[in-house]
Amino acid sequence: MNKVKLEIDRCKGCGYCVAECPKKAISFTGNISAKGYDTITVNEDLCVCCGSCYRVCPDGVFEILQ
Amino acid sequence: MKLKRPESVFSSAGFCPGCGHGLASRLVGEVAEELGIAEQLITVVDVACCSFNIDYWNFDTIMAAHGRDIPTAVGVKHIRPNNPVLAYMGDGAAYSIGMAETIHAALRNDNICVVVINNSVFGMTGGQMAPTTLPGQKTATSPMGKDPSRYGTLSAVELLKGMDIAYLARGELVGVAGMNKAKAMLKKAMQHQLNGDGFSLVELLSPCPTNLNLPPVEAKTYVHEEMTKFYPVGEFIDKEGKN
Amino acid sequence: MKELMKGNEALAEAAIRAGCRFYSGYPITPQTEILEYLSWRMDEVGGTFVQTESELAGINMLLGAAAAGARALTSSAGPGFSLNQEGISYLVAADLPAVIIDVMRIGTGLGDIAQGQGDYWQMTRGGGHGDYRTIVLAPASVQENCDMMAVAFDLAEKYRHPVLIASDAAIGQMVEGVNLPEFHEHDIDQYDWSVKGCKAGTAPRKIQNTYYTRPDYETYLRDKYAAIEATEQRWESYRAEDAEVVLVAYGISSRVSKEAVNIARAQGFKLGLIRPITLWPFPEKAFEQIPCAKALMTVEINILGQMVDDVKLAVKNRLPVDFYGTFFGLPESDVIVERAKALLEKEGK
Repeated sequence: MNKVKLEIDRCKGCGYCVAECPKKAISFTGNISAKGYDTITVNEDLCVCCGSCYRVCPDGVFEILQ
Repeated sequence: MKLKRPESVFSSAGFCPGCGHGLASRLVGEVAEELGIAEQLITVVDVACCSFNIDYWNFDTIMAAHGRDIPTAVGVKHIRPNNPVLAYMGDGAAYSIGMAETIHAALRNDNICVVVINNSVFGMTGGQMAPTTLPGQKTATSPMGKDPSRYGTLSAVELLKGMDIAYLARGELVGVAGMNKAKAMLKKAMQHQLNGDGFSLVELLSPCPTNLNLPPVEAKTYVHEEMTKFYPVGEFIDKEGKN
Repeated sequence: MKELMKGNEALAEAAIRAGCRFYSGYPITPQTEILEYLSWRMDEVGGTFVQTESELAGINMLLGAAAAGARALTSSAGPGFSLNQEGISYLVAADLPAVIIDVMRIGTGLGDIAQGQGDYWQMTRGGGHGDYRTIVLAPASVQENCDMMAVAFDLAEKYRHPVLIASDAAIGQMVEGVNLPEFHEHDIDQYDWSVKGCKAGTAPRKIQNTYYTRPDYETYLRDKYAAIEATEQRWESYRAEDAEVVLVAYGISSRVSKEAVNIARAQGFKLGLIRPITLWPFPEKAFEQIPCAKALMTVEINILGQMVDDVKLAVKNRLPVDFYGTFFGLPESDVIVERAKALLEKEGK
């Protein structure tokens, strides 16, 4: 990924980023992680690097690269 | 817009999904780094959920007794006046067991920053009723809903409004706008301490999905739509700085 | 040159001279002169005095100052000392040095402001929750008030453990001539463990229950307490080597007891005294040096004989241990002699 760096091990699937992303670029994968959470993925084609996900993520999953 | 996690915050692993502590913790790290005080900041955390931060922050940290963060932080500040000192606690600590400590530190205008995570319940012990629990709110010790004829609902910010302190604000750890405002409040509070202006308190309304028995997104909506009715967000005291 | 000083003020001045630059506490009789004295004296030496909203705030503010590396002091009595217990337990848990003075008053609950020795159990057994003990120093004169403050801070730092001073209303309120100790400088940066700010790339300092930070928690603590018990017993033996009855008393009671020993000896009655200076660790070694003793008697200002158990343990239950206690009012020397004689009559032949 070029726009967003994900540290998906940190994700607890709260969904704040899914709710806040203005471009609907984030969605749940439906795959349950080893820790038991439904984690998220980013569609970089839609991402505009606004940083909303970074700001509302309680778990530091996101870093915005551009 | 490049955004990198603050280096001074390692983790949020122990917090429940959607917990506001992870958000507040990161904001403290961001503010410390942006103000260039990460190597000087000394933090004092309360017990329970707050205390996880002692393992998540790269700051010298004291884990205080429940409700005694503020006097502990004041003790540190007296000995190390050149270090910024932050006391981080929940509403149970600040407004229930530690209410006297909160009010008297404000009365002395002690030069420290206080962050109160207000999630309207006692979180770690399993969601019992707090002074901040909303009327009618169901908790583990108010299973039929908090009875307002027996237990009032306390807005400590209202009590503090009349006091001669440096800074008083309430934010919400909800949404991009809420997070941006909350961060600006923390920064201002810390700036006041650096200026030597005295006591600052920032209350942050925080989702506790586990104990609200709500999915995280609904919990944050509850904070934004229900809690803010009792606990209006805003800046209430912003003393003209000495410097 | 000697100066006339009140016991409580001597404690306060001696703390200043021991390098203490932080005091936080709350007024309660009979220790309030400590606050009053330090309220102006700390200003003179550039230290901090805070009159807190409660003893809870006082002890927890002290915890912060201690964690930041200062020599920190609080003081209280009776009900206030009970409120201090929360913080004392936390100080122990976090390996923090500090000195806490209890100027004992009499009785349970509110009790009263007269001298008492009813906090012995609370001080020697770990008066707060959990599983700990603290070193307890018991001065018997205004001069000892002076001399023990530096010892208290040194021991607190040596073991990273709070130290209690067990004074009482009589010692606190009396005025005697004293030689004040020399001034000692304390550097708040002398220990790496104190919070001071975390340089990038280094591990942050964490002041919390050592249970969380030390994998060797159990042996570390057992060894610490064993080391204190082995090395820090302090006592005064007064004419105890050949005594047939040995009194055991500390603080103000020990002074009356000493007078009783002199009265008895003038009558040809071999009475002696062991005066514990550390209440914990209890000076068990002192009891190895009373070969002629046939019985012992503690002299205390309380109604339950709080020190009796420790004396029984110290003599391994081989000798009878009696108790003479008063409540309001000091023990009387002639009563001590009378009761000691009766004890010898009963047990000694």
